[in-house]
Amino acid sequence: MNTGDLHLLTGAYVLHALSPEEHAEFERHLPGCPSCSQEVRELAATAGRLASAVAVTPPAALKLQVMARISAERQEPPQIPRQSRRGGSRAGRALSRFALAASVAAAAAFGGVALWQHQEARDARDVAERAQTRAEELAGVLAAPDATVTSGRLTDGATGTVVVSRGRDEAAFLVSGLPEPPAGKVYQLWFADGDVMRPAGLMDPSDSTSAMLMDGPVDGASGMGITVEPAGGSAQPTSEPLALMKLPV
Amino acid sequence: MKEAVHIGGPASAGPDLQELLGLVARGDQDAFSQVYDTVGGAVLGLVRTVLRDPAQSEEVAQEVLLEVWKSAARYRPSRGSAMTWILTLAHRRAVDRVRSAQAATHRERRAALLERTPAYDEVTEQVEARLEREQVRRCLRGLTELQRQSVTLAYYRGLAYREVAELLSVPLGTVKTRLRDGLIRLRDCLGVSV
Repeated sequence: MNTGDLHLLTGAYVLHALSPEEHAEFERHLPGCPSCSQEVRELAATAGRLASAVAVTPPAALKLQVMARISAERQEPPQIPRQSRRGGSRAGRALSRFALAASVAAAAAFGGVALWQHQEARDARDVAERAQTRAEELAGVLAAPDATVTSGRLTDGATGTVVVSRGRDEAAFLVSGLPEPPAGKVYQLWFADGDVMRPAGLMDPSDSTSAMLMDGPVDGASGMGITVEPAGGSAQPTSEPLALMKLPV
Repeated sequence: MKEAVHIGGPASAGPDLQELLGLVARGDQDAFSQVYDTVGGAVLGLVRTVLRDPAQSEEVAQEVLLEVWKSAARYRPSRGSAMTWILTLAHRRAVDRVRSAQAATHRERRAALLERTPAYDEVTEQVEARLEREQVRRCLRGLTELQRQSVTLAYYRGLAYREVAELLSVPLGTVKTRLRDGLIRLRDCLGVSV
């Protein structure tokens, strides 16, 4: 295909209407053709307007599912622009060789240091893996086909949402806008079986916007609640609940 | 829970969304939540328009938003607005899904295509009925019949230009140029500048 023909493909290209081969050929052509690149930018923005014109209101559960999934998903590292990449990686290699030499010297001088560092790194990985598993379970509840969503307002304008999957016998609690608990206190979740409250986990005090898997099976719980408890949590609620929510059956 | 429908075009979602994506690239979940509020409606709407199946559409929309989270660091402002970048990802994913769902062999694919033949008039009508932006509707009307059919079949139905040509019984070269001059006319009508 000659260059003139390629230039005519800008429209089909931004609409993803080319065959894979033509798409690849056009992308090879693009960097060397400033006028094509400019036209592609403009036509892609135009296509975006066609998308905005068919916007809908997404179901509330979609956001919960997406937010739960991103917390379990590792991100790509920032990219170094192509032109400086070669130089950058060379500098990186030199640095790491230097760092390796330095750590070998340090290990010789201080004996056990290298081993201890290795141990610490492994612990961090275990923690990360545990968090990952928990986040995946959380995502599982939110994505369960029978998941039901109930939202309520807590004191101080915070919003709490409980997602229950009776099939998985699990529940998740999501909260946004919750102030930090007073010093030495923690937010505790509860399942309510009639009048009886059963502990369902402590919230991470450092995280005011979070989603967590509630501890224990849902069983026949008819409701859930959240209270402020002394650090470490309590076996029974010791304060008035900030919110009580009925669970859908 | 109430959520606003976002119908603002890429032009109105300029620097804010771009800044938010920068934060998202550094793992900021609150920033991602705001990105979701800004683009979620358009992403789902576009994917649903292309795929039509609601359950599959939500699944693909989730994949798109997850990709935004994972690859936010890859966004380059010099190549266009953040909104355009996200909607391009969404369209790419929806089109991939449509094409992989279609029959694997050429014969089945052709049969599937012919089955859809009567759809295009109806397609354009449905799409137009759902257009929330008067301006886009007006500008689509300003295209020639062939431009409008080519652009809407390719964009809203995810057809390759060869399929558009087959469906409308016009030469390949004609569809190629109609897709381009149709979009150019839309660009000028909508006042898109980058």
